[in-house]
Amino acid sequence: MANLKTTEKKTKAQSMGLHTEVLTGKTQQKFFNPDEAENFYYWGTYDVDFNKRIDLDVNDLDCKEANKKIDELMSQGYGTIVIKNPQGKHSLGVGVLNKLNLIFEGSLGYFGVGSIDGPTVRINGRVGWSCAENMMAGKVVIEKNAGSCFGAAVRGGDLICKGSVGARTGIDQKGGTIIVGGDAGAFTGFMMQRGRIIILGNVGINLGDSMYDGTIYVGGKIGSFGSDAIESPMTKSDIDWIKRKLKVAEIGENFDISKMTKVVAGKKLWNYDALEPTEKKGAI
Amino acid sequence: MCGIAGLIHRGKSSDVGNELQLMLQALKHRGPDSTGYALYADNDGENFIMRFKVGENVGEGSTSVNEDDSVYDKRKELVDQMLKSLGAKVLKEEKLTPYSYRYEMQYDEDLMDFSKKIESIESVEILSIGKSLELIKDLGDAQEVLDRYDLGKVRGTHAIGHARMATESGVDIKSAHPFWGYPFSDVSVVHNGQLTNYWNNRRMLENKGMRFMSECDSELIAVYIAEKMRNGASLEEGMKDSLSGLDGVFTYFVATKDSLGMAKDTMAAKPLVLYESDDLVAMGSEEIAIRSILPQEIDTYDPFDGEVKVWQI
Repeated sequence: MANLKTTEKKTKAQSMGLHTEVLTGKTQQKFFNPDEAENFYYWGTYDVDFNKRIDLDVNDLDCKEANKKIDELMSQGYGTIVIKNPQGKHSLGVGVLNKLNLIFEGSLGYFGVGSIDGPTVRINGRVGWSCAENMMAGKVVIEKNAGSCFGAAVRGGDLICKGSVGARTGIDQKGGTIIVGGDAGAFTGFMMQRGRIIILGNVGINLGDSMYDGTIYVGGKIGSFGSDAIESPMTKSDIDWIKRKLKVAEIGENFDISKMTKVVAGKKLWNYDALEPTEKKGAI
Repeated sequence: MCGIAGLIHRGKSSDVGNELQLMLQALKHRGPDSTGYALYADNDGENFIMRFKVGENVGEGSTSVNEDDSVYDKRKELVDQMLKSLGAKVLKEEKLTPYSYRYEMQYDEDLMDFSKKIESIESVEILSIGKSLELIKDLGDAQEVLDRYDLGKVRGTHAIGHARMATESGVDIKSAHPFWGYPFSDVSVVHNGQLTNYWNNRRMLENKGMRFMSECDSELIAVYIAEKMRNGASLEEGMKDSLSGLDGVFTYFVATKDSLGMAKDTMAAKPLVLYESDDLVAMGSEEIAIRSILPQEIDTYDPFDGEVKVWQI
């Protein structure tokens, strides 16, 4: 290993004054060098042409092979990929970090289109558990129903289900918007931290349980409120924003938004008591 | 994790043995240890079918103690003697493996007393008694069990099955699903999940005279519902009662001679996908199970938390 302490070679970042320290320990530090082309390479991104369209039949492929094939097609410049016969397979279309029109003609199993960053996805069927988990950006539209943990930990983008969704929709949500045309199950918005959820139908018990922040709008009946979830008055801004979002989602055209219930965090759970029970007794 | 699957044809019979095999094979990744079938076959409905085992499968992966085949034969002789003393008339007997049998018999008395006496013989367990129910469970995947017991030829109206990943109890037949709803003929249960008030309920039910053959928590569901039905509740009432009586996370199916039901716990913590049409209901832990028998585009959905549904043939 090179002696980092005595090396005289400085990176461009150092010469620009961005880094002045000299390493003395064993840790190797790699400085960003704008001259190196590899620093501008973003894994999994390609220049694609949306008018270049191809069908991909995945009936005889497992999810790994199918996802690899999607990646290959993007590398060849295909900007619109139609997946035929997904047959409820798990983990299809995950990790797409590109602008892309991805169309599934059928239903997906678990973890469909997870960890995506940018594509526009249309699924002409149903999706299983944890659809679009950890989605960063883009738009996903599901024409039928979705399973539980729909949009778990999403960070951005629009996730739309025109049918009903299962339990724990938007669990641990960190951003973006989840829109559901039908009903949602128990624990919707469980532990959500940011972002918004719009449910046009009914929701189950424990809505917004232990939510830190974010907003949930419900059009139908609420089974029960979860711990620290409270109702808040609807404002004109809320109505305008929902109207715009529903238009983008192509659902709820004649829905009476003004009658929706707005649910936010009571923020009482933020003040955790750090005292041990014995200490508490002494303090009292 | 475990995978469960079920289907019911309404108004007709079908190739349920092969159909359930396809569904369970698709769920093999959820449970590779053992596979079980509860098939409601087109039998004549006159006589009881009793399936029982006199020992365990001690093949690869089993947690059971190895025994010589001659021990199985001696136990089988004891079962025959007991049947004779109970007044049961055996019309046909089939040896399916060295440790499991299928008897067709006539018997008119109380099944609970009958079962207690048969199971008083060491290591003998009745897997099922019914006029339509054929309950088969063994180590291996769905294809292996189907081949071993020649289930491909079974036609019937409905079926439930289970692919098991052993967690809190052994890799053996006694802990495998489905469980017979002792002492009711033609009642079977499969379960995916964990029950956390197993011992409290077990002690309570044992005090009421119910029997447990394994230490598998799933067996509790069969016994719990059987006890409710014994006290006059309908299948649906018993299942609804279980939502508050059983603690833990679960999705389970119960089948009787002419119905099939599903229940999901109030947390909706365990998966279930359902397809419903006028002539067929198919359900499984994952969509791929349903797709294995219905490859065309269909509408499926997840039942909500605390939901109970029952369908008739």
